[in-house]
Amino acid sequence: MAIPDPARAIAELKFRDPIRGRGLLDALARRTAEIDHSPVSVMHVCGSHEQAIAKFGLRSAFPRGLNVIMGPGCPVCITDTPEVDEGVVLARQGVHIATYGDMVRVPGTVLSLADAQAEGAHIHVIYSATQAVELARSMTEEVVFFATGFETTAVATAAVVLGGLPPNLSILSAHKYIPPVMEIVAEMPHTRVEGFLAAGHAATITGAAVFEPFVSRHKLPVVIAGFEPLDILAGLVKLLELIRDGTPAVANMFPRCVSHEGNLRAQEQLWKVFKPTGGRWRGIAHVPNGNLRLRDEFAAIDARRRFPIDLTTLWDYAPPALAQSCICGDIMAGLKAPSDCKLFGQECTPEAPVGACMVSTEGACRIWHQYGGHPNLGGDA
Amino acid sequence: MIRRGLVDDKLGIKYGAGGRAMRALIERVCLAGLGPAPVDGIGLSAMDDGAAIRVGNQWLVITTDSHVVHPRVFPGGDIGRLAVSGTVNDLAMMGATRPLALTCAIILEEGFAREDLAQVYASIRTACDEAGTTVVTGDTKVMGRGELDGLVINTAGVAFCDRVVPDCGLAPGDVLILTGTVGDHGMAIMAARHNLALEGDLRSDVAPINTLIRAALDAGGADVVAMKDPTRGGVASALHEMAEKSRVGILVDEPSVRVRAEVRAACDLLGIDPLAVANEGKAVIGVRAAAADRVLDALRGHALGREAAVVGRCIADHAGAVILDTGLGRRMLAEPEGELLPRIC
Repeated sequence: MAIPDPARAIAELKFRDPIRGRGLLDALARRTAEIDHSPVSVMHVCGSHEQAIAKFGLRSAFPRGLNVIMGPGCPVCITDTPEVDEGVVLARQGVHIATYGDMVRVPGTVLSLADAQAEGAHIHVIYSATQAVELARSMTEEVVFFATGFETTAVATAAVVLGGLPPNLSILSAHKYIPPVMEIVAEMPHTRVEGFLAAGHAATITGAAVFEPFVSRHKLPVVIAGFEPLDILAGLVKLLELIRDGTPAVANMFPRCVSHEGNLRAQEQLWKVFKPTGGRWRGIAHVPNGNLRLRDEFAAIDARRRFPIDLTTLWDYAPPALAQSCICGDIMAGLKAPSDCKLFGQECTPEAPVGACMVSTEGACRIWHQYGGHPNLGGDA
Repeated sequence: MIRRGLVDDKLGIKYGAGGRAMRALIERVCLAGLGPAPVDGIGLSAMDDGAAIRVGNQWLVITTDSHVVHPRVFPGGDIGRLAVSGTVNDLAMMGATRPLALTCAIILEEGFAREDLAQVYASIRTACDEAGTTVVTGDTKVMGRGELDGLVINTAGVAFCDRVVPDCGLAPGDVLILTGTVGDHGMAIMAARHNLALEGDLRSDVAPINTLIRAALDAGGADVVAMKDPTRGGVASALHEMAEKSRVGILVDEPSVRVRAEVRAACDLLGIDPLAVANEGKAVIGVRAAAADRVLDALRGHALGREAAVVGRCIADHAGAVILDTGLGRRMLAEPEGELLPRIC
């Protein structure tokens, strides 16, 4: 593991400069006041945006009339329960499961992969798709890569698939594709969302152009923003300008990384391996074209076709009672905040999570908990 | 998990992490077994850096520490230097900056190399010289192979002082000084343990800082009202303990906290807050506002305090809580829970 050049770390500090930050916050307050109604609600769809907003204390500095909602932007959180169940069933059949760390503790209908591991199943935490390949090469037993995440990680999965997998490795794809879920949120009855902040890293692959059909269909602006605090503030200022002016458009506020057409080679790899299909996102809804599944050409390495997966084998277990009170679904849909949940920080903590949003470091509940919740910090504190 | 101060039946690694879990264990299990505190003095129930017992018109300060760091040798120090520094610094945090003597007990794993042990004792000697103290008694045990990992060191220290500085002396208006950069020890250990390929130099700050603290006390006198060394759990844990015990809110100005570029880069990469990373040669010092400049000048005049800075102040609101002003906005600074990294000291 290589640590980046300290000089680069210092260079990045310019995107954290408090003086420029306060200038942008002033601008944000003016734009918010210029809009003829209050509050104005906008949504971001990325755990990294929420991390930065929480870590730098931006939420306490946002103008009162601005409501920044975290949408379904945590890939671990929106992996659907039956998808986790598929992994658990495979693990209980004796197959080695390789997956990203946060997935291990996400509750399925009745069990998590961690529960299966406690019963003796073989679960391996990996940090990249290539590690799944290395793991499979190091053993003769069957290995299933339980592949989760948005287009950014799906591209990495596609690349190893195209590179050729060892014969004992197959893929259980739970990859998701962000643009379709924005349509779902925009079409939800009673939705308050008036514009979207799109994730810069995903847009480096898809390009800014991917959001143009959405904007023309829903007449809602989309601003692509990076992950440093000043990136986010500049993105919000632009988003509020577009809302104020009633001129929905795609604006790229992360041009140092994102182009109009995106990374064409990565897109080619992505769509060569995956096809978009409809499927449920945990807590949200059925999302047409929101799931990425392996194309038929890759049936031989598709774990769903290589192994029988009988979810009824889990039906001997009773689901945990606390899960009934979890409001992760409403939180991810932007209808509620973590602080609205009576389990938050009480029965549900990072050490003993009830819902998926408290498991993942990109989950809204986990992030709010990590940064101390959200008491009122106004006044002369 | 710790809910409402409960302690699990089987004690996990988090109970040694120096945070809320460990305090719950001491309160619920250890104190219940030990009975009342000394009549005139500071005992275990104060959960300070050490104990203080009245002897004539002076205080006898006493403290003990066990050390299990892995790896035993790391950039900037080793387990021997750590053992001496940890004990000397705990005494200093009580206001006792002239350690009279230390004890040193070791437990070895069968097969431990003689040469490695000689190296540890050479480090102990060097650190004692820096602190102006010496080891006067000890104990040695050997356990079977596999019964412990290499070497465990326990050190205790005693010192006299005229005034004890507790953790709990802060009042609204007081100023908090940090004596230097943060995160150096924890990140050096993490890099050494995980073979992180580094650009730049991560070195532990482990050092006895009793002479630095003496300079602060000489300059500030009774206006130095609270001290804590930000070891496990880092500055975040230290501030939480001070805020809770003193019943004040603490407002931290994050841009004033000095973090070396290498440490910041490593922390960013690993998603760790430098404020939650351990230090072994730093102190958080609470002073009355009027004395802040005096104490700061004294600290900066000492080789170990050149980068001392005011990093926060105490407020009446939000008693018991620590608020971080990032320069862009404010948030709560959470108290680290569980073990960021086990066995760092």
